[in-house]
Amino acid sequence: MTQPVSPPRGSTDKVPPVGQLPAWRGLMARADVRTLSLLGVLAALVVIGGITKPDEFLDTRNLQLVLTQASVIGVVTVGMTFVITSGGIDLSVGAIVALASVWATTVATQEYGFGGILFTSVLVGLGCGLVNGLLIAYGGMVPFIATLAMLASARGLALQITDGKTQIVTVDGILDLGERDAYILGIPPLVLVFAVVTIIGWLILNRTTFGRRTVAVGGNAEAARLAGIDVRRQRLYLYLLSGLCCGIAAFLLIILSGSGQNTNGNLYELDAIAAAIIGGTLLSGGRGTIVGSVLGVLIFTTITNIFALNNLQSDVQQIAKGAIIVAAVLVQRRTASTT
Amino acid sequence: MAPEPPLLSMSGITKSFPGVRALDGVDLDVQAGEVHCLLGQNGAGKSTLIKVLAGAHQPDDGTIRWRGEAVTLRSPIAAMRLGIATIYQELDLVEHLSVAENVHLGHEPTAAGFVVRRKSAKASTAQLLKRLGHPEIDPARLVGELSAAQQQIVSMARALSHDVRLIVMDEPSAALDPDEVDNLFRIVGDLTADGVAVVYISHRLEEIRRIGDRVTVLKDGRAVAGGLPAKSTPTREVVALMTGRNVEYVFPDRPAAPAQGEPLLEVRQLARDGEFEAFDLSVRPGEIVGLAGLVGSGRSEILETIYGARKPSSGQVLVDGRPLKPGSVRAAVRAGLGLAPEERKAQALLMLESVTRNVSVSSMSRFSRGGWIDRGAELGAARAATRELSLRPDNPSVPVRTLSGGNQQKAVLARWLLRGCRVLLLDEPTRGVDVGARAELYAVVRRLADEGLAVLLVSSEVPEVLGLADRVLVLREGRVVHTAPARELDEHRVLDLVMEGSPAS
Repeated sequence: MTQPVSPPRGSTDKVPPVGQLPAWRGLMARADVRTLSLLGVLAALVVIGGITKPDEFLDTRNLQLVLTQASVIGVVTVGMTFVITSGGIDLSVGAIVALASVWATTVATQEYGFGGILFTSVLVGLGCGLVNGLLIAYGGMVPFIATLAMLASARGLALQITDGKTQIVTVDGILDLGERDAYILGIPPLVLVFAVVTIIGWLILNRTTFGRRTVAVGGNAEAARLAGIDVRRQRLYLYLLSGLCCGIAAFLLIILSGSGQNTNGNLYELDAIAAAIIGGTLLSGGRGTIVGSVLGVLIFTTITNIFALNNLQSDVQQIAKGAIIVAAVLVQRRTASTT
Repeated sequence: MAPEPPLLSMSGITKSFPGVRALDGVDLDVQAGEVHCLLGQNGAGKSTLIKVLAGAHQPDDGTIRWRGEAVTLRSPIAAMRLGIATIYQELDLVEHLSVAENVHLGHEPTAAGFVVRRKSAKASTAQLLKRLGHPEIDPARLVGELSAAQQQIVSMARALSHDVRLIVMDEPSAALDPDEVDNLFRIVGDLTADGVAVVYISHRLEEIRRIGDRVTVLKDGRAVAGGLPAKSTPTREVVALMTGRNVEYVFPDRPAAPAQGEPLLEVRQLARDGEFEAFDLSVRPGEIVGLAGLVGSGRSEILETIYGARKPSSGQVLVDGRPLKPGSVRAAVRAGLGLAPEERKAQALLMLESVTRNVSVSSMSRFSRGGWIDRGAELGAARAATRELSLRPDNPSVPVRTLSGGNQQKAVLARWLLRGCRVLLLDEPTRGVDVGARAELYAVVRRLADEGLAVLLVSSEVPEVLGLADRVLVLREGRVVHTAPARELDEHRVLDLVMEGSPAS
């Protein structure tokens, strides 16, 4: 290393220009570190599940179950991701799921059959979202308070409708969807719905003007307003979207449980917020990731499954969840300060 | 070596934030018992400097000496222990606590180490309030129930509850009535008589003449003058230092013929109570009209009202002869208005996003169909718009926060250029922009005007308005006091107009 070695003639031509990396490394650079680390965590969980309960965890039925369970909360989380990205919060998602699921399973609604149940679920979700959105966007209420009020009222209304009783679904078409015969290529229909919602959510957030406006409102609402964006209308739409997702989730839950209960969706708000946050969506708004949120949901659902298979109580699960949230946010703060 | 070192001596203080150098080697000497005034425009670095002094910011470089000894102010507590107290403009009081609790916050008189001795706290607070000339304030009252002036007294009592040697007051008179200002000055006089030093920040030159001993003037993060005699330095000289004549600006040529045609933007008897009085204004295509005035003269308020971000009390804004819906930004944008606001980061930019997305945000419908964005078209349009303004780096995919101030401003202009805006409202377009980049920005604005845009420019830098605008409206305290072609005005004339009412130079 005493003298600089001059490269042979012509060799410089072969050096690839900066920025043209091999395909796989380009892909690595594109997928951000956070998504990769979430995938790593998920992979580690699968390994843990496979080691501790090799026969049960990796069984096809179990994997189908995990994905099915993830579907209901997953759909809610997609809506929540939009709301949080816009700088808001929706505490009422669990209560809306409960209200939609009981309203759609009353004796009166069930008379209208499959379509009646689906229609009512979605409409109740949208209705609650509309109230949230109007209170927040045009009533000037803080999202936390407005959706907290919705949480209380929707739960109360759900209890009033059911009188605390479980409403069994008797419509055949609904129950059939939960059966193995309805699986398409081994995938439960619920999971397909979740996948479709995820893809549509990703496309809306990343490829449409609606998504851009959501990010702009969350990143800097004043700048968005001065740039000519109708910030209030956008906020209204976002809570409508979250309500719509709750309605769809309620329908999935009806299929899954074959019933409607006022206790449905308990603490969904916390699970959805937690999944979005560990996925990388900023609680302060301005940055959101659907892929991260879905990975967050899958991580939580997988943990629950592994703990259940190993006969660990739910208290231990809760502690593990809390630890994961703390770890994820600490990692985020690290990466945020270095970029 | 002087026999008595100054109480405080800051030298070479440098502090950078991402994209901007807030302080660039500032020196400040303060003697015990003097009132040292700190002057400078918004963004000159005053608040950064006092935050360094308060221990709230850590300087990147430079030394601070306290009574001749080098010190490091690691935290606000460290500064307080030395005897440095700061009274911020936004008072940092806890509204839901009582006066006495606020005064003793963080150093409550206690019994057995943790039980607050409320009686003794109240008694000492009452004593402090009496010393400050406000014995009528009840130490037991909640701070939130007090007037702004009374809150300021509480804040001062808190400063004095420590063994304070130096008090920094950030625009203390801004919220006060004239007789309350007199009381404030009496307090300042008492303090300095006791040997306490006061660093006093104000925009009002007449106050500085009344109570100041020496003046340090900051501009663009540098001390352009240190320790001037406060009472004898001519007003004109002080203002010239603040507005920065030390730099030769290069302005583009005006077009040979004045702009013709019907006014594109017309303002008729527009007024907003408490902010500015009714005035008329018209801007033709190709014309640059400037609004000159000091901070607080209503400049930004006027621009934001024209833009619909504030609702006028009366009057109309017309574009192409058609009145705009008052108080609607969307109506203004649809009619072809675009605003480059004063606070770029807070009001214009999406700091987490790329240049492309910042540029495209106002014209997303142009390259989307049914809400679906054609990202290739978006990138192409953003690239074309930023290239036209020679934005650096020539890569619209980089995050906007990595750009310099001048290039961030260009990103805002590119946003409106892409939108096809016809009336450009510029609020302090060169704030936070390096001197070298200014000339380029001026050229861009003139070129946009030559292409047929109507430009309304607001600036506190008089040479900027005179050099760039074709016509100038001079504002003082919310009133248009003079209108003339820029050629017929010079800086002294404008300064006389904006400063009229303060003691003659």
